[in-house]
Amino acid sequence: MKRVGLFIPCYVDQFYPNAGIATYQLLKKLGLDVTYPTGQTCCGQPMANSGFEHLTQGCNQLFVDNFSEFDYIVSPSGSCVLHIKEHLHTEKSEEQASGIRKKVYELVEFLVDVLKVKNLKAKFPHKVGLHQSCHGQRGLLLSQMSELVAPYYSKPQELLSQVEGLELINLKREDECCGFGGTFCVVEEAVSVKMGKDRVNDHLLNGAEYITGADMSCLMHMEGILKRGNSKVRVLHIAEILNAG
Amino acid sequence: MNTKTKDHPELSELFNQDEQRVNWHDETLWWIRQKRDKSAHGIPEWETLREKASQIKNNALSNLADYLVSFEERALANGIIVHWAADAAEHNQIVHGILQKHGISKMVKSKSMLTEECHLNEYLEKQGLEVIDSDLGERIVQLAKEPPSHIVLPCIHKKKEEIGDLFHQHLGVEAGTSDPQILTEAARQHLRETFLTRKAALTGVNFAIAETGEFVVCTNEGNADMGAHLADVHIACMGIEKIIPKRKHLGVFLRLLARSATGQPVTTYSSHFKRPREGQEMHIVLVDNGRTVQMGREDFRASLKCIRCGACMNTCPVYRRSGGHSYSYAISGPIGAILAPNLDREKYADLPFASTLCGSCSNVCPVKIDIHQQLYKWRQVIVQEGYAASSKKMSMKLMNYTLSSPGIYRTAGKAGRLIMKYAPFAVNNQFNPWYKQRDMPEVPKQSFGEWYKKNVKSE
Ligand code: SF4
Repeated sequence: MKRVGLFIPCYVDQFYPNAGIATYQLLKKLGLDVTYPTGQTCCGQPMANSGFEHLTQGCNQLFVDNFSEFDYIVSPSGSCVLHIKEHLHTEKSEEQASGIRKKVYELVEFLVDVLKVKNLKAKFPHKVGLHQSCHGQRGLLLSQMSELVAPYYSKPQELLSQVEGLELINLKREDECCGFGGTFCVVEEAVSVKMGKDRVNDHLLNGAEYITGADMSCLMHMEGILKRGNSKVRVLHIAEILNAG
Repeated sequence: MNTKTKDHPELSELFNQDEQRVNWHDETLWWIRQKRDKSAHGIPEWETLREKASQIKNNALSNLADYLVSFEERALANGIIVHWAADAAEHNQIVHGILQKHGISKMVKSKSMLTEECHLNEYLEKQGLEVIDSDLGERIVQLAKEPPSHIVLPCIHKKKEEIGDLFHQHLGVEAGTSDPQILTEAARQHLRETFLTRKAALTGVNFAIAETGEFVVCTNEGNADMGAHLADVHIACMGIEKIIPKRKHLGVFLRLLARSATGQPVTTYSSHFKRPREGQEMHIVLVDNGRTVQMGREDFRASLKCIRCGACMNTCPVYRRSGGHSYSYAISGPIGAILAPNLDREKYADLPFASTLCGSCSNVCPVKIDIHQQLYKWRQVIVQEGYAASSKKMSMKLMNYTLSSPGIYRTAGKAGRLIMKYAPFAVNNQFNPWYKQRDMPEVPKQSFGEWYKKNVKSE
């Protein structure tokens, strides 16, 4: 049986363990051999996106040490996966690093492209808004982008449509960025918050009870805004919905 | 170089103090982005067209010197006087020199981002010359003594009421007028007088054709033509990257330019200038101003493919909510943020960070510039060259230290969660920019790692 290494990004590990747990349980349900290498920390993206890619050698080496042995590496975070795919390099073990760049998957793309899941047996009878995180969408091509002239598709939607009772709401701006952007959210606080407010409002105005997505970081940002506005609408990682019921 | 006092985060925070204005700015630009989508989707071969344009520009840049030389040759043969300027100062002096030679003290100008980049108006005004911008939007910001905030829609940040006030002050329009029709008519009358009395007209250049030595100027108002056709002296200024190899390539760009810019099938006027009419003098100034330096930077060379359609600004969620003036460079938005650091790394060190790297700009760009990838690369260069704030350097080093060791990471994570749980005031305060307008995530009882250890490892 192929072995899956579970990559749980640092902030999911620390603040959103439920997203990690749901990912683990979902993969187990699908009959996979899943292991969480306990020596992992972070993909290094926060540093690299801030211009400090040169400081990420330690992180990168650690990643390679933890994950080279697996057939697949799966993670519930599009932007971390994209970072690994695009920027994981090491001085000592470049061959392994390049192997990892090819076998690392975001959860949704793994379920749709590798496992070709057609029948999830999940149940979530609620109105849900889907936030298409930019790194997942434009970087990992999880769904078609509104800017390009090409046929429509959406991998997260494909999965959510298998969830019993779930009603996906329409949005005015389907793939607008939420404004999280890693350290952008603190360096450019004013714009980041405004973007987040607008994104959240699109979901609220269209009747969402939950906002979901394949990137917990965007959801964390939107959750912060929802809570500050005393909204009852909650955020859930897509793994938690796909694992529900 | 003059130093600026406020950076992008500060300027956009100011812009965000008026939320209604931000909403309106965002919605107006989004409306244009949607018009762009609609007309792009009307062309099934849109993506092929983008690829073609990108390849033509790659070719043009790879053989830039040859194309420029042949352009010069043909232009001279057509009777155009050709000038070369190494930088902004030289460009300004050349224009000034031409005006002086003819004893002209007043000039009418059509839209040209290059002259904005070179601060030509300021320079000429210091020399005692009068310059009137004839593009309506440009004229409005000129009256307001502001730089354009968008390369295609220079006064998109101004509401019609504000324009009414300006016209009341400067053009004698009745106070309180905000009817766009009346305002446009007032501007027309004022500009007509200008066109009729100016002896020199300056225009920009959208495309210069190496094969024929002609150049093409695209406007929606026809103001470039009015100026150039009535004046005795026509001066056209272009960045050297505006060259395209052949006339037949024009079709590709003209189809892309207007659709990307405003959603129109084609600009209202695409005027070809090949030789001066009888009795007229035609000059062309070819300007480098940092372009050859950028050419030499492998990672950033593609930024020179830009045809200045502005689509990347309209789609940029950050630009839409921070306004063009927050970029403090003549060319704002995503493309400005990769062009500006080429000229002055220190002054524009903040711009490549004014992005979430969402990637939408790269997708709309009609010449397929990898804009967001270049923003990422500039960040690395800027930090390596030492232009990052020292507080940021410290926190990054600390983060690196923590994340490079699983042991320290676990302890720090635990400590972090404990602090948030038992002493939320330590993080929930005004010094934490996250907390200003957002709540912190709730602290879970255990991390995923702890859960795994308890529930899986012992299975
Ligand atoms: S970078 Fe591309 S999208 Fe932006 S103005 Fe230039 S050509 Fe247009």
